[in-house]
Amino acid sequence: MLGGSAILSALVFALLLVALFRRGVADRKTPERKRVWIGWLGLGMPIAVLMVLLAFALSVGERNLPTGPAARTIDVRAYNYGWEFCDEDGRCSEGMLRIPAGQPVDLDITSSDVIHSLWIPRLAGKMDAIPGQVNRLRIEASVPGTYEAVCAEYCGIGHANHRFVVEAYDIGESVAAGGTAP
Amino acid sequence: MKAIRLHRDLTRIWGNEPGWRGVFSSVSHTDLGKRFVVAAAVFFGIGGVLAMLIRAQLATPESAFAGPEVYGQIFTMHGSIMMFLFAIPMLEGLAIYLLPKILGARDLAYPRLTALGWWCYLFGGTIMILALLGGVAPDAGWFLYPPLSGKEYTPGVNSDVWLLGITFVEISAMCAAIEIVVTILKFRAANMGLTRMPIMAWYLLATAGMMVFGFPPLILGSILLEVERAFGWPFFQPEFGGSPLLWQHLFWLFGHPEVYIIFLPAAGALSTIIPVMARTPLIGYGAIVTAVMALAFLSFGLWVHHMFTTGIPHMALGFFSAASVLVAIPTAVQIFAWIGTIWAGRPKFTLPMYYILGFFVVFVLGGLTGVMLAIVPFDQQAHDTAFVTAHLHYVLVGGFVFPMLAAAYYWMPHATGRTRVMRLGIAAFWLIFIGFNLTFLHMHLTGLLGMPRRVYTYPAEAGWTWLNLISSIGSFMQAFGFGLFAIDIALQRRIGNHARRDPWDAETLEWAMPIPPTQYNFASLPTVDSREPLTRDRKIGAGLAAGKGLLGRAIDKRRETLAVDMVTGAPEHVAILPGPSLLPLFTAMVIGGFFLSMLLSLYWLTPLFVVGTAIMVWRWAGTTGTTRDPGPIDVGAGVMLPTSFAVGGSVGYWGSVLASAANGTLFASLVFGYFFLWVVAPNWPPPGEYGAYLLEPLLITAAAALALLGARMGQYDFGQASVGSALAAIGLALAIGGLLWAALHHLPGPTEHAFAAVGWVLTSYAIFSAAVGLLTQCFVRRRIASGHANAAWPHEFRIAAVWSDYGAGVTIVVAWLLALSGDAL
Ligand code: HEM
Ligand SMILES: [Cu+2]
Ligand SMILES: [Cu+2]
Repeated sequence: MLGGSAILSALVFALLLVALFRRGVADRKTPERKRVWIGWLGLGMPIAVLMVLLAFALSVGERNLPTGPAARTIDVRAYNYGWEFCDEDGRCSEGMLRIPAGQPVDLDITSSDVIHSLWIPRLAGKMDAIPGQVNRLRIEASVPGTYEAVCAEYCGIGHANHRFVVEAYDIGESVAAGGTAP
Repeated sequence: MKAIRLHRDLTRIWGNEPGWRGVFSSVSHTDLGKRFVVAAAVFFGIGGVLAMLIRAQLATPESAFAGPEVYGQIFTMHGSIMMFLFAIPMLEGLAIYLLPKILGARDLAYPRLTALGWWCYLFGGTIMILALLGGVAPDAGWFLYPPLSGKEYTPGVNSDVWLLGITFVEISAMCAAIEIVVTILKFRAANMGLTRMPIMAWYLLATAGMMVFGFPPLILGSILLEVERAFGWPFFQPEFGGSPLLWQHLFWLFGHPEVYIIFLPAAGALSTIIPVMARTPLIGYGAIVTAVMALAFLSFGLWVHHMFTTGIPHMALGFFSAASVLVAIPTAVQIFAWIGTIWAGRPKFTLPMYYILGFFVVFVLGGLTGVMLAIVPFDQQAHDTAFVTAHLHYVLVGGFVFPMLAAAYYWMPHATGRTRVMRLGIAAFWLIFIGFNLTFLHMHLTGLLGMPRRVYTYPAEAGWTWLNLISSIGSFMQAFGFGLFAIDIALQRRIGNHARRDPWDAETLEWAMPIPPTQYNFASLPTVDSREPLTRDRKIGAGLAAGKGLLGRAIDKRRETLAVDMVTGAPEHVAILPGPSLLPLFTAMVIGGFFLSMLLSLYWLTPLFVVGTAIMVWRWAGTTGTTRDPGPIDVGAGVMLPTSFAVGGSVGYWGSVLASAANGTLFASLVFGYFFLWVVAPNWPPPGEYGAYLLEPLLITAAAALALLGARMGQYDFGQASVGSALAAIGLALAIGGLLWAALHHLPGPTEHAFAAVGWVLTSYAIFSAAVGLLTQCFVRRRIASGHANAAWPHEFRIAAVWSDYGAGVTIVVAWLLALSGDAL
């Protein structure tokens, strides 16, 4: 997308420069000019480019859709100013989300006060935490490690520090290390 | 000699009253347009200072300059001021100043409404700034999402300041919108058919049309949120069947068109200036007009792209994403038409041209990042990060500020009669242009690296330190640029050399007058036979000044201008415009009292101001019209035309129709909100037993039908008019009683559940509409008695019928909607 944009803007700027410094008598061939500028450049080119882009975007969007069941589902509750995570067994923790690496996990996100937005930049796009509503977000950490997460919707004076971390653990290791449930 | 005498007489008729009184009573579009522009520029300065504070805070990590409370107010006010107190009023000012001049008229359709808009803007803006100085400014972001902005999380007046202040200011936007549409459709030079209109008129027509339909959802949202905050009606509280998403829909239903409302007039300025600077006609006039209209329509279908992360279903995401991508096409058409025009011509490198080139660079980049953001997976990453901050500034500064700077230099000689002084302007341009890119170009990267927007601080480890520091340096450079620009403009105003008439060899009629312009614009009105009247005949201005055009004489104190057929531009009637008046100022003060009483929670005072406003409007309406129609007027060239009193399709009528369209949009948004909550919000159905009821809606319908009938009687047979309006008034009064009765018997208290809250709003709205209709019918009865309305002058009946029909219609819809809902709940 970045490359395409660079090419397009370069094209526009080049045309503009030539238009500016072109020394020549004003040509009077209005209909032909219109066909080139409006027809081809104004309509034709953007339609072609945008169609390709749209097709690409929709297919990426389709591919990003969660497929198959998640390994586990975690309830996330955002509040001023913290994050609470509860697993299927009702065990809850604050400020740190532990997920198995290499497995799809569904987050069922809601809020108990104002609107927040859950964002783990390296794992997925954003999903808003809205009171009275549960939004599901599929995440998957392919490698074990810690991932920073922030709140992306302005939620008041604590917004800038409304963060948490995701810890993706290696399933094999944690079993080997004594099997304490995460 | 004749020219001088004509000038003296017309100045007497169109001039302001002497002294200070004249300042307050002026209704001249030239004065008011300039006031709007200057005030908007001042607000830009204030918003700019806030921007500098933001950048000072973010220049270094863990900065101790401003705490989160203060920072919240700063960025919220920066955004709100820039959008509502700078951009919209600036474009209104440009339109108010220019429109009659480019159309060949002497003033706008409703001079006193222009003045009312001005005072509302000034007072509303002042309230906002005072709140900022007092440290109680809004602080929930410029789109004020509840629940954060609700009573529980913002207990102070901060959000009320926004809701009431902005709504107060929006009154001026609504006034301007209606006025612009009607002026373009009715007040044009003789024979200026639609296809001969200057391109700017098309742009402003689209803009104003969008404002008519775009602002009502925001106004409704603001009313609902304010009522929730003030009285606890739970529209946005999920525990009681409300939904915070309703606000987001209403806000962006306005917010997205808003972006185009801001962009289109600027694009209109570009379409006007570029051909002049390129010394060749604009290519693709028809294509551009089509593109602009397409934009205006399409932009109402995109609002959801601001809500891609709210958990909207996947299908809807795809649809709105595609629609958002497609709006790039009409924009591309314009961009290439402009470049093509430059290509075809021989461009002059004047100062406006510098800013136009700046526009191209900045806006094209902003447009491309906009297309990226329309792609859902990308948006879900970039949304609410510094990337979006960068994008929106590329679009807004590129698409509005740069064109407006070009426009400022282009029209300064017109407003002041003086030419530019020094080369200061070039330096200012480079500072602004480089400073802008230095602030925002790499901010895209800052965002992609994960910096959210609206954070007052960030950790040093995040790795954004350098990026932010450079942005801050760039922004201060830009600030110097704007300072220099202001100095340059001030110098031009004071010591610039006198410009010759039409210094740019322009194409449009505003240059066919002496500069700076006189209060009456044209000593006699032009007749046009092409789209570029000045290119055809460079001397047209002199002939008009000598009184060779239409209406080139002065009679009594009558302010006359020509009204034409909407499509063909054939002269239709002579509009007689009102002169200076203090009514707009006083009316704005009473409306201001209403807003202040709400803001200060002095609710017992509020009804007083509502009644006061009604009295002012009544008096206002009472000063229009006459009991002595001068009869058909000789407009010159042997053409006799009736006056506005004697025609049915006066500007007053069309204004009422448009006001009803805006009003209807507000109503439609309310009905949308009702069903939205019903379908989407949690905790529905409301507790309790409900059933349908039929008797009440039937009776209300009968009463409303009586109103519809009564309003018609006088139009067919004047003898019946007085009886008819009495019947209409009685019908509406009965309908009001019926609505109240039905609500009291069937609706729970409004604080219990969103269903009841919306039900009460629907009822109140219907009662209000019916009451307005009732008042107009009473008014018409008075006018029959006083001899202002009679068989030969039907226009007041027709206007009253518009308002009372609207009230009756709303009454019927609301009665049935609520009555039948009970069954489905
Ligand atoms: C002229 C120089 C300007 C600078 C340096 C500037 C700077 C900024 C910055 C740094 C932010 C981000 C605040 C944050 O996320 O914490 C911001 C937000 C914003 N700016 Fe500007 N700005 C400028 C001009 C404008 C103009 C001309 C407009 C509109 C016409 C505008 C509209 C906005 C809006 C709507 C926001 C969003 C506010 C919010 O998040 O609630 N800005 N500006
Ligand atoms: Cu948060
Ligand atoms: Cu938008």
